[in-house]
Amino acid sequence: MSQLVESVLVPIFYLLSAVLFIFGLKGLTRVRTAQRGNALAALAMLIAVVTTLVDLGLVDYRWIIAGLVIGGLIGTVAAVKVEMTGMPEMVALFNGFGGGASTLVACSIVWLNVIEPAAAGSTASILGPDAAITAFLSMLIGAVTFSGSLIAFLKLSGRMGGQPTLIPGRHLVNGLFAVAAIAAGLYMAFAIGGPSGVATAALVLVAVSLVLGVLLVIPVGGADMPVIISFLNSLSGLAASMTGFVLSNNLLIISGALVGASGLILTQIMCVAMNRTLANVFFSGFGQEGGAADSREYSNVRSCGAEEAAMVLESAESVVIVPGYGLAVAQAQHTARELADLLEKRGTKVTYAIHPVAGRMPGHMNVLLAEADVPYDKLIEMDAANPEFKLTSAVILVGANDVVNPAAEMDPQSPIAGMPVLKVWEAGTVMVIKRSLSPGFAGIKNPLFENDNTMMIFGDGKKVLQDMVAEVKQL
Amino acid sequence: MMGALLVGIYVFVLAIFVGFEIITKIPPTLHTPLMSGANAISGITLVGSLAAATTGAVTAANVLGLVAIIFATINVVGGFLVTNRMLAMFGAKKAKR
Repeated sequence: MSQLVESVLVPIFYLLSAVLFIFGLKGLTRVRTAQRGNALAALAMLIAVVTTLVDLGLVDYRWIIAGLVIGGLIGTVAAVKVEMTGMPEMVALFNGFGGGASTLVACSIVWLNVIEPAAAGSTASILGPDAAITAFLSMLIGAVTFSGSLIAFLKLSGRMGGQPTLIPGRHLVNGLFAVAAIAAGLYMAFAIGGPSGVATAALVLVAVSLVLGVLLVIPVGGADMPVIISFLNSLSGLAASMTGFVLSNNLLIISGALVGASGLILTQIMCVAMNRTLANVFFSGFGQEGGAADSREYSNVRSCGAEEAAMVLESAESVVIVPGYGLAVAQAQHTARELADLLEKRGTKVTYAIHPVAGRMPGHMNVLLAEADVPYDKLIEMDAANPEFKLTSAVILVGANDVVNPAAEMDPQSPIAGMPVLKVWEAGTVMVIKRSLSPGFAGIKNPLFENDNTMMIFGDGKKVLQDMVAEVKQL
Repeated sequence: MMGALLVGIYVFVLAIFVGFEIITKIPPTLHTPLMSGANAISGITLVGSLAAATTGAVTAANVLGLVAIIFATINVVGGFLVTNRMLAMFGAKKAKR
């Protein structure tokens, strides 16, 4: 009977779980079915866990239960408490834990089978060469994901400065660390060093990989964070797959591969949206703040107040709101919606144009606006929004800068030349709500601010929008 | 007969293709929930970690396993809950209008 459970039922339930993960992801392709998709994926996870527990049979469950309870409580509290603006750092943190878990599982297997029994022979001769190599890869990728995600978390949550930290000769240093990690991994897998040798190699491997994760993420600037968390997401999936190879567990291999693919696609989308290559993001240290441009470079800037803005909005037939990172920082999404509601009551058509990297992670701005009860069919993607700007009476830009910079289209010498941008300058009037003329993440001048049809409204995004709401109410 | 490693590689490659096919269809509006949901799925390592702490003994292997279970459970439980929270906000609008 138990033979049957182990060889037939367990694999069948694992297969069921894998299929449900795929259906779950498929559910996420539409807003209507997304919540059910997520629930299906959670069900798949539950089936996988219960199947595993049944498969383990009668073992000492105390540590397992303790781990599930502690982890479950921490996860629940974190998920319930997090603000929507804090979502990127939360995802980064969870991602790090996933990667860390993969490393720890691989370590645990090596300790249990090789180090603690003080077995003679190499790891490869005990676990088999495939398991030995994938255990090494699982430790390496998992640890890089863990420490890299923690640094991303610190940067995104503002506990660490967003500007890139560039250490001299970092390409060489990174290369040396990568070679050291691979050497330690191969030694752990194949050298006959006895238990203490294997243990030392494993610890060196994990330590070096952790440092490597830190080194890879610290040179990445704040603007490139959407790329990095997508990429780390992909790595955490890959680490889970590697753990699956170690355990010969196809469910882990499949699930990890799905996540790896998902992260890779998002990374690709983010890179295209910023006109960068992945290598460029990692190695160039682009995204320094306070670059060449400052306010003295601007001439012909027209500064206006909320009252003048309201007068323009009074006669506007259609208005497009372009939210940027600054809107999230100022928590102005609710006020933006209030203004949109007022205008709509007056018969103005209001939509929102969303640049793919408007927030701090892919799709972040959509979540923030959904939180403010903006219907998702009013959120227009860049490709659909661009042809409409010519027909738009007024654009309200809140805290966006580089993603609307005309230099990307018009100045081939510009550092952001070729980056896809929202062509807001084609609209009748462009209202730019911004604290000052300081440059965005790209650190360059934005000629949009000098255009004749641009009105600069200086101030905190939320405050200015509140003033505009008050003025529109008086019309 | 194929060895376990080869079967694993087949499964891995085919799953990546399935992932690409599905995920390219996901609209940008849902990219953040996709990421946090996918993130929760990567907590599948939990399955591996459960088998790593199956005795009450205080050994390095068991302690590593316990921490792995805690990490993976945070990832799984937190990930699915937070994704559900976000998606509930998208869904609410649909019902109201």
